[in-house]
Amino acid sequence: MKRRHFLGLLGAAGVTMGTGVSAQAASSADVKGLPNAGGVLFDATRCIGCRKCEAACNQVNELPKPAKAFDDLSVLDTIRRTDAKTYTIVNKYVPEAGKPPVFRKSQCNHCMEPACASACFVAAFKKTETGAVVYDESVCVGCRYCMVACPFNIPTYEYDKAFTPRVMKCTMCYPRLLEGKLPGCVEACPKEALLFGKRRELLNIAWDRIGGTPGRYVEHVYGEREMGGTSWLYIAPKPSFAAIGMDENLGTASAPELTSGALAAVPAVAGIWPVLLTGLYAITKRKDKIAEAEKQAAVAAAIATASADAAAKLSEELAKAEVANKRRIEVEVTKALEAAAKAAEEGEDA
Amino acid sequence: MSTEHTKSGTLFTPWNILAGIILAAGVVATIMRFTMGIGSVTNLSDNNPWGIWIGFDLLCGVALAAGGYTTSAACYIFGFKRFHGAVRPAILTAFLGYALVVFALNYDVGRPWRLPYPIFYQQGTTSILFEVGLCVFIYLTVLFLEYLPVALEWKRGFDKYRGILIKLTMGLTIFGVILSTLHQSSLGALYLIVPSKLHPLWYTPYLPVMFFMSSMFAGMSMVITEGTISHKYFHHKMDGEYNEGYLDLQFAFAKASAWVMAGYLAMKVLGLAMDNRWPYLFTGYGAWWLFEVVGFVVLPCYCYAVGYRDRNIGLVRVAAPWTVIGIMLNRFDVSLIAFNWQLPSADRYFPSIGEITISLFVITLGIIAFRFIVTRMPIFYVHPAYKDSSH
Repeated sequence: MKRRHFLGLLGAAGVTMGTGVSAQAASSADVKGLPNAGGVLFDATRCIGCRKCEAACNQVNELPKPAKAFDDLSVLDTIRRTDAKTYTIVNKYVPEAGKPPVFRKSQCNHCMEPACASACFVAAFKKTETGAVVYDESVCVGCRYCMVACPFNIPTYEYDKAFTPRVMKCTMCYPRLLEGKLPGCVEACPKEALLFGKRRELLNIAWDRIGGTPGRYVEHVYGEREMGGTSWLYIAPKPSFAAIGMDENLGTASAPELTSGALAAVPAVAGIWPVLLTGLYAITKRKDKIAEAEKQAAVAAAIATASADAAAKLSEELAKAEVANKRRIEVEVTKALEAAAKAAEEGEDA
Repeated sequence: MSTEHTKSGTLFTPWNILAGIILAAGVVATIMRFTMGIGSVTNLSDNNPWGIWIGFDLLCGVALAAGGYTTSAACYIFGFKRFHGAVRPAILTAFLGYALVVFALNYDVGRPWRLPYPIFYQQGTTSILFEVGLCVFIYLTVLFLEYLPVALEWKRGFDKYRGILIKLTMGLTIFGVILSTLHQSSLGALYLIVPSKLHPLWYTPYLPVMFFMSSMFAGMSMVITEGTISHKYFHHKMDGEYNEGYLDLQFAFAKASAWVMAGYLAMKVLGLAMDNRWPYLFTGYGAWWLFEVVGFVVLPCYCYAVGYRDRNIGLVRVAAPWTVIGIMLNRFDVSLIAFNWQLPSADRYFPSIGEITISLFVITLGIIAFRFIVTRMPIFYVHPAYKDSSH
């Protein structure tokens, strides 16, 4: 028993060390465990699809008026998503035929370790102490990688603006939070389907509700661990979160964890390649040098042999020539002597 | 034969007319884009923030410009001196390729005048895109320095500066390999953050390695393809050294490509095996995955291998453009086709005429710049004044 306990602790330590390291590699570690981070709990069993939250959001954030009024509930007949003029929307789902519909609000989930912040190459997104993830349009280049990265498809873009397009998304009413007020949507909800509080406390409330009414809820708090956890938490009636349009396969790895390995490889590549390549170049060069030296040695040797042969042949020829010359001289001398002797004889005779 | 391309009397060749139409359409689309916003010319949406300007202009553009680092590394680091004649065309292609990637980015980002921000103003160091941006920025500078001697030989009188640049060749080459390794792989790593959006057959932790490996054979295949086309149109510009090394290079790159493609194929299969993703092969996306992998990796790889073994240059020259198309297909799959696969088809993306026009416009600019430079500067031949130089 004790031993198992110890091993469990060891394993837990290993896991926390592992995640700690990988999260730090992408330097978003400061986000973890914000002590007073706020959040919102959405209870889909309480939402009646009245769109009061949409109206409040529109007003509080001074967004353009929609084509259809907020009290026109016919818009609920089609599934919508957030756009540059709408930070939040409520959709209607019918998980089981014949049973009453379920409504689900969607907006930025204000991740604990936001994919948008991790993906932004000018650090325009920031997870604040309040829990809200905020965006700074004054540095945004408009690459829209935040939109690609967001697993919840939340950030939207002002595609129709030529000079000042912005990424638009729910701010959790960050300016209001700083003033000590509630987010607009939470304040407007007539059914307390939205509850603002500290995330830690909201989690307790969520699990209490799930445990307090057995069989009513899916036994899962959506956002507790999805993508490393989000500040918005959801509880929903059975059968599933998928039935109200939520992706149940997001996994628990946060965005920084997903990319930390690739980022960690940068110093490795930058460190190893120059050494390896310079080494390869040195080997190639040395091979060339050795080949060149061998070639030169071979040429020198060949020249040496050839010239020695030539010298030997020359001296031989010279020797031969000398002998031949001597003979010729001897012959000539003998001839001359003979001729002289003959002449002398003839003279004596005369 | 020698100058009929540059001195032909009429301006209205079929190519020039086509280029003119594309340029005119491109200018119209450009004006629309920069006066009425991105939405006026694209089919981009909140669900599909990246279209072909990223999928084609950036991802394919960078992969296909990889011939610069592969060729210069082969020649200067690995000591294949025979490839020397091919270095300059490859560097030029890479330089133009990257320059156009950056040019095209100005259309895609919302506020292009802020493109220097991530480098000089506020750095988002947790972002893979930051790494891509920084590497591409530095590598474009490196390619410019590698290309510069050509321009300095063309406009004479800068021998001192040319000499300095030539001395830097080895350093620039090594730097180029480092930067290419980093940003080629990072383009794949961009998609590591979206496990829920990219189809499991394409999403794997190996994406960065796969992007890097495929950039190698993409670059080499482009060098073969570009060399074959250039031979047809710029043969009169080519000197003995270029022509001597040319066949050798095509065979060597065919062999190297075949090996790297085999390794790449192994990675692809390993990616499926590691997470037991085999069942996906029997779905519609599985058929498409097999089409990509068998049709555009296995088959061209086989052609390269057989072409090399039999010294069949024709087969090699078929395999090269085939591989290039395969790379484009792969980049399209990752960025567009297998991306957002769970969205209902009504929410899926298809490029607009405006987006296609701009992409064609960018390619056309590249071809025009390439033609301008190779008909005037010493790319396919050694400048007579520098016959003794080894660069």
